Amino acid sequence: MAKSISELEEIARKCRVEIVKMVHRAQAGHPGGSLSEIDLLAALYATRMRVRPDEPRWQDRDRFILSKGHASPGMYSILAEMGFISHEDLKSYRVLGGVCQGHVDMKWCPGVDFSAGSLGMGLSFGMGCATAARLDESERRAFVMIGDGEMQEGSVWEAAMAAAHHELGNLKVILDRNRIQNDDFCEVQMRMFDIPAKWKAFGWNVKEIDGHNMTEIMEGLDFLEAPENCNGPSILIAHTIKGAGISYMENNPSFHGAAPNDEQFHQAMVELGEVDA
Amino acid sequence: MTRMAATRDGYGQALLDLADNEKVVVLEADLGKSTKSLHFRKSYPDRTISCGIGEQNMLLVGAGMAASGYIPFASTFAIFTERAFEQMRNGIARPNLAVHLCGSHGGTHTGTDGSSAQSIEDLAVFRTLPNVVVMHPCDDVSTRVLTMQLPALGKPSYMRTARNKTPVLYDGRENEIQIGKGITLKEGSDVAIVACGVLVSESLKAAEALAEQGINATVVDMHTLKPIDGALIDTIVARCGALVTAEDHNVIGGLGSAVAEHLVANNFAPLEMVGVPDRFGESGQADEMLEVMQISAHYIALAAKKAISRK
Repeated sequence: MAKSISELEEIARKCRVEIVKMVHRAQAGHPGGSLSEIDLLAALYATRMRVRPDEPRWQDRDRFILSKGHASPGMYSILAEMGFISHEDLKSYRVLGGVCQGHVDMKWCPGVDFSAGSLGMGLSFGMGCATAARLDESERRAFVMIGDGEMQEGSVWEAAMAAAHHELGNLKVILDRNRIQNDDFCEVQMRMFDIPAKWKAFGWNVKEIDGHNMTEIMEGLDFLEAPENCNGPSILIAHTIKGAGISYMENNPSFHGAAPNDEQFHQAMVELGEVDA
Repeated sequence: MTRMAATRDGYGQALLDLADNEKVVVLEADLGKSTKSLHFRKSYPDRTISCGIGEQNMLLVGAGMAASGYIPFASTFAIFTERAFEQMRNGIARPNLAVHLCGSHGGTHTGTDGSSAQSIEDLAVFRTLPNVVVMHPCDDVSTRVLTMQLPALGKPSYMRTARNKTPVLYDGRENEIQIGKGITLKEGSDVAIVACGVLVSESLKAAEALAEQGINATVVDMHTLKPIDGALIDTIVARCGALVTAEDHNVIGGLGSAVAEHLVANNFAPLEMVGVPDRFGESGQADEMLEVMQISAHYIALAAKKAISRK
């Protein structure tokens, strides 16, 4: 599991290449949220997740729930990097019969633990996984990634309250705080005010990090795993940039759910160091 | 003297009977005293998950537990299951996770709480979900037996139970009860009444009244609405040539619709549908509600005669 910071950064870079390729190939999908989450996913999968890519349904695996299930290219790219699926499988993104369904789906893709796509559902499902793990007296954890726009769903707060009530120390949430949702910036659509204070008030352990700084990400994951933070649920609030790594996508609400054209695709491959300018 | 009992008590008893299976867990949304899961909670607090007054969260906690090898039984009022419909749709039915949802206090028979608590659309909405089995048993015995069959089902289910007591029909007849198989309670050749839930006993009363007028009715307890027992429908169409459905549910989308869908595709026969006439309820005693909604034995008998006249 030991990986250097530069190795993790290289994994994330390779995943970014695949994300852009998938969305460009399909001419549809969600690059912005995939690029904002990918540094977090790369570090989580490469250094923390207790999983067996050759035995994806292993009962005692850690669960990962991508509640923002539309950001599936990010998850597919790390699943391919880890060996759950092949890089060839990535070409099936949004294609009839493909393992890479538009939104992550546990019935279609090895390594996917929850069929997502409808916001506000993953945290509850993760609470169920964590509760089951506790009943099983298993060490397995449930990691859930949620989006910031997603927090506008009331069901998130039903789950937040319940998980704290039940003191689920094996439930770990990562918030991809990229500040953009479907139509516009979160600040325009629905202000959420003091997000760390909200989670603290619901009884959660809270830490904020820069979600693109691999050193801070590793510290954040240490925080989630620290024994002193296993008395109840914990959340890592990762400040990210929507579209991170591709200049014209960064902080651009247009690339929440739009594909690059051929020219933009070429520019992205240049920026990611895949091809010469 | 006929024993009287509420179907929700059968549900509560079944959970206790299932407790030997250590994978069975119970999820509550602050209505365990009403749905009768409280008996399980008292005996097995470690396997009972309180979700507060949060039905959306409850259903998906169930999904996560089902995906982890558990057999969750979640219950609340039928009306409140509806606010978690999309959780049932996207988080349970779509991945085919065997979460068993029970909606108690269904129908206008629920009574004096009034229209906000009287679900008349639950059977319809859950019937539209692929993978989901939909049941509405008529007495505590069949509710207990059907509930105990759920762990072997391997797919999600919705069961409506009722608040108030109705006549018990199946004491000593447990072996006749099976998910997906309607039960013929009375055989007659003039008309067939297909009913579910609290209207099964009303249908038997209607059949008695019809018999006094020389009309012999078949009465079927169609406790499973989905999958509907098409073979039994074919049998009673062949025998009777005219059908009536009876349900304490909107006449749109429930048992009547399920039977009609089978008839038009397979074996056409006149069908009269007795159900809540596409309106909301109001406060009233259970027996009063059956009259206000025009779904009591009297109205079932009238519908039977009309169906016969259409042969």
